Amino acid sequence: MDRLPRWADVALVPFVSLTLAAIISALVIVAIGQDPWEAITVMVQGSVMNAYGWGYTLYYATSFIFTGLAVTVAFHAGLFNIGGEGQAQLGGLGVALTLLFIPWPHWTIALVAASLGAALFGAAWAAIPAYLQAKRGSHIVITTIMFNYIAASLMIFMLVDVLRPPGKMDPATANFPPATHLPSFNEIPGLNLIFTSGVPANVTFFIALAMAVVVWLLLWRTRLGYQIRAFGKSEPAARYAGINPTKIIMIAMLISGGLAGLMAINNVMGEAERLLGNSASGAGFIGIAVALMGRNHPIGVVLAALLFGFLFQGGAELGLWTKIPIELRTVVQGLVILFTGALDMMVRMLLVRIFALFRTSRLEAA
Amino acid sequence: MADPAYAIELKGISKAFGPVQANRDINIAVPKGTIHGIIGENGAGKSTLMSILYGFYKADAGQIFVNGQLTPIPDSQSAIRAGIGMVFQHFKLVQNFSVLENIILGAEDGQMLNSSLSKARKELERLARDYELEVDPDALIEDLSVGHQQRVEILKALYRQADILILDEPTGVLTPDEADHLFRILKGLKDQGKTVILITHKLREIMEATDNVSVMRRGTMVATVKTAETSPEQLAELMVGRKVLLEVQKGAARPGEVVLSVKDLRVRDEHRVERLKGVSFEIRAGEILGIAGVAGNGQSELLAALGGMQVATGSVTLKGAVLPLSGAGSDGQSRRSAGIAHVPEDRHHHGLILDFTAWENVAFGYFNDPRYQKSRLFMDNDAIRADTERKMAKFDIRPPIPTLAAKSFSGGNQQKIVVAREMEQNPALLLIGQPTRGVDIGAIEFIHNQIIALRDAGAAILLVSVELDEIMSLSDRIAVMFDGRIMGFRDPETTDERELGLLMAGVAGKEAA
Amino acid sequence: MDYATLLQLLDSTLRLATPLLLACLAGLYSERSGVFDIGLEGKMLVAAMCAGAVAFYTGSAWLGALAGIGGSLIFALIHGVTSITFRGNQLIAGVALNFLASGLTVLTAQALFGQGGRTPPLTGAARFGELTLPFAEALRPVPLIGPLYAEVISGHSVLVYMAFAIVALTWWVLYRTRYGLRLRAVGENPAAVDTAGVSVAGLRFSAVMVTGVLCGLAGAYMATALQAGFGKEMTAGRGYIALAALIFAKWRPVQAMWACLLFGFFQALATRPDIVEGIVRVKVPVSFIEALPYILTVIVLAGFIGKAIPPRAGGEPYVKER
Repeated sequence: MDRLPRWADVALVPFVSLTLAAIISALVIVAIGQDPWEAITVMVQGSVMNAYGWGYTLYYATSFIFTGLAVTVAFHAGLFNIGGEGQAQLGGLGVALTLLFIPWPHWTIALVAASLGAALFGAAWAAIPAYLQAKRGSHIVITTIMFNYIAASLMIFMLVDVLRPPGKMDPATANFPPATHLPSFNEIPGLNLIFTSGVPANVTFFIALAMAVVVWLLLWRTRLGYQIRAFGKSEPAARYAGINPTKIIMIAMLISGGLAGLMAINNVMGEAERLLGNSASGAGFIGIAVALMGRNHPIGVVLAALLFGFLFQGGAELGLWTKIPIELRTVVQGLVILFTGALDMMVRMLLVRIFALFRTSRLEAA
Repeated sequence: MADPAYAIELKGISKAFGPVQANRDINIAVPKGTIHGIIGENGAGKSTLMSILYGFYKADAGQIFVNGQLTPIPDSQSAIRAGIGMVFQHFKLVQNFSVLENIILGAEDGQMLNSSLSKARKELERLARDYELEVDPDALIEDLSVGHQQRVEILKALYRQADILILDEPTGVLTPDEADHLFRILKGLKDQGKTVILITHKLREIMEATDNVSVMRRGTMVATVKTAETSPEQLAELMVGRKVLLEVQKGAARPGEVVLSVKDLRVRDEHRVERLKGVSFEIRAGEILGIAGVAGNGQSELLAALGGMQVATGSVTLKGAVLPLSGAGSDGQSRRSAGIAHVPEDRHHHGLILDFTAWENVAFGYFNDPRYQKSRLFMDNDAIRADTERKMAKFDIRPPIPTLAAKSFSGGNQQKIVVAREMEQNPALLLIGQPTRGVDIGAIEFIHNQIIALRDAGAAILLVSVELDEIMSLSDRIAVMFDGRIMGFRDPETTDERELGLLMAGVAGKEAA
Repeated sequence: MDYATLLQLLDSTLRLATPLLLACLAGLYSERSGVFDIGLEGKMLVAAMCAGAVAFYTGSAWLGALAGIGGSLIFALIHGVTSITFRGNQLIAGVALNFLASGLTVLTAQALFGQGGRTPPLTGAARFGELTLPFAEALRPVPLIGPLYAEVISGHSVLVYMAFAIVALTWWVLYRTRYGLRLRAVGENPAAVDTAGVSVAGLRFSAVMVTGVLCGLAGAYMATALQAGFGKEMTAGRGYIALAALIFAKWRPVQAMWACLLFGFFQALATRPDIVEGIVRVKVPVSFIEALPYILTVIVLAGFIGKAIPPRAGGEPYVKER
């Protein structure tokens, strides 16, 4: 098969995939008797046309950057980590345990400690599937799926039977101490001139951006990243080069799980300020779509996370102001994964044909 | 209309894979009831031609006649219907199926299995009697030896009532005993009126087993002769074309002290089968030890064990220091820091990451090299790129673009990237496997000269190649491997291809050892 | 625990095991052919919605089941085109289909009925009724066996009996027919099938379609037999438990039945924590019982109870080698 020019590979393929997903989404909206134009207008209005909308869009995007990076790191090691959801929930548990039982004097210190707790718990939840993959050859996709469900059960148990304050009915922890409150955008000097009313987006957004840079440095500037990428491309070649497969699988999955876990400082510490059931609310899965659309590159992941942030906030607005159910965003999510992930080959074949057509017509013209 | 005396007649067959012309205007006629050999070097287009005949690929041009009838073969089903059976080099068997199940697969009678199975069982007994093809019909394939698995493949074809049987490099994986048995089977088939096409790159087999032989070179058919009227020398010349001057300009070796000492090296594969059965040798500084042998006789395992890719037992010392053969310190990184460079036999699976750029591949295996580090944390990618440019210039790698993906280079240039990377380490010991496989003539000469230069600079070199010419012209000493053992050492000045060939076949082993 | 309680438990085990079993057998066909399917969940969900909606409109559970199969088949077709024709990543395709199903079912149900993504409750012939097997009442007085027959074996919807019949049918197809031989072969070594002159893509497509049909039945059972109508996310991870059961059974039909009965039993137990507490005399969290199938599957995957080796060619699109 002919190869595509680099610009087409980097920009055109995702764009075409996305366009296909958008067209089908529009058709779905038409099929349920609604107006796609109205839908996109409401979505844009509610998510990016004012500071309040941006406050939500960026809040969601923050979570998606973390989970998208998590999937990305594992992907580069040739591992498909579907367990981001469970790892993010465990990250939430890590945050809760750190913040509930130690009296932190200031949010900055609490943030450092909670980040460690979140990453540690997320990584720990990825460790068992990683170990089973490395040592026993158990397929990581299946084990991480199983661990999502085990995590869900564990969280219900922790919230109902262990962490629920006496006398409370809802399965959730007590509120975290006020000292651990993370500044939202409306509380950050400078930003509060733009964000005048309360928004959930908080300082974690900047940590997410920093992590994108860190992941980029890790993958393309360090020996470890080099080894991760080499191992992901070819396991036999990695063995030839003296790269230890067990070590790479473990480290890549621990980093991946840690990143997914870190998401909890955004939603658990930054927004809810207590641990609720189903805390990750699907963000772990959206990480898959974000990573696929972002072509497993941190810049792509940030852009895709912003797009999904928009989709999430816009989707919520749809649920409020139109007759289109909020579940439309799940449909779009599925379509994006389908076209950018599974049907990648189809889009490429399509583009190669079109390019070949152009080439021959140019030859004929010449 | 074609002559019905021919079982197979191909006219003007051409096939290209992208820019590579695998077959060019091939004409061949195979008389009925004969064993017809097709010989040629690796990559001469033999397998492609036979895959076309079996409907696995579609030819770009040309016609196929079976028993004088024009017979289009768009898929394997049509080939089977035309009475053609194929035994592939890599068997197409279902490992956890029984022999019987494999044999009826795709040739069942009706929707139910029971009747098919009992019919096949009877038929199998008959075939076993007629052709010396005994095999337990209820055994699972994974429990059978390679020789028996091959019998199953032949039985599969015969069960489908093939009159024309194609065998692609059938002896590559067989022991000499098994190979002899195979040739008896083929003779038996011929006596029953079947036509056999034998594809091989081994002259001995052609001379031994065939009635006629066609020679292929670089995608074209250069000659078809009666085996009785030709000689191995003539065939060899036809195979390589004008007697290629593969003479390498090299001075006499000046061996120094012992660099590598290997004693009783043993390797077991993942099925616990011993592949290397106690190999011992020494290589001195400034010396090339060439390992000759038919592929699959333990050479790959030898390289893998020394290169840190496979666990082994025995003892190996490098300049007097013991190299661990399992556990900590036995991996490729430890080997490299001990001063061993390794050009692996298979550059696509081991030597390169094809999706990586050329400069990333230049650091492959040497990512811990201090020259490539900017700080404790970060690699110095600019330094690697600069080093790559230097290596590309020195080894004439084209195009000289460090940021191009390895897969975009030609075979010869890919190999040069690997060779440049490994040789430029100035290793105490260079392991080099199949240095010129799939490499064009110009690059072959270049790589050979580099190997000699490295020897003259004082490195010890272990050269593994299935190309006897290469072994003869480069080595200072030759060791011949057969069935996981070294059959003997020879001096290239005093030995000849005939003697080496015998050792490679394991024939003169006892006397030679 | 008294006998009557045990019978109750077994009765609901059977009810709860049925959708698992149908989905598990569905997965068996696809995965045996070499196409990994983590999209069982999505296909079931789509089928449940289609079945619920059509059963409501037509008042016929059977037409509902047909619609369920149809909906599931469309998803199976997408999975086939993606992973066989375009050689896409089978696992990613499965994930995508699950999300698509999750969203589309609610959107459609909401558009049709406007009841928050549910179908209206089904009554009468729109649901599969309970079949009383012959002599159920007559045999009831027989000690032990009688109540077992009357309470547990008898009194289920026709789909329950179909599910168990399909176990036998699948065993027979897999090990006694030409199709089964080819199916098992194509999942182990597609090149062997291809060189034998049989279409790899054709076989795989057929298997993926069978998967669609059986997932359709599983979903229809959820909406029109186990419950009275479709509800948002009503499959609640059953597709994944079925997948777990398939691994647990090492891709074999009869073992799949036992695995699904075991996992169904866990689900039944999870609804009766009092029974568990009565037996082990410690308070066992319900969530632990719910997690048991997943924990067991991980243990099996880790190879601690015999190694679960998937079909060798599974997950890999077939490309002719040069």
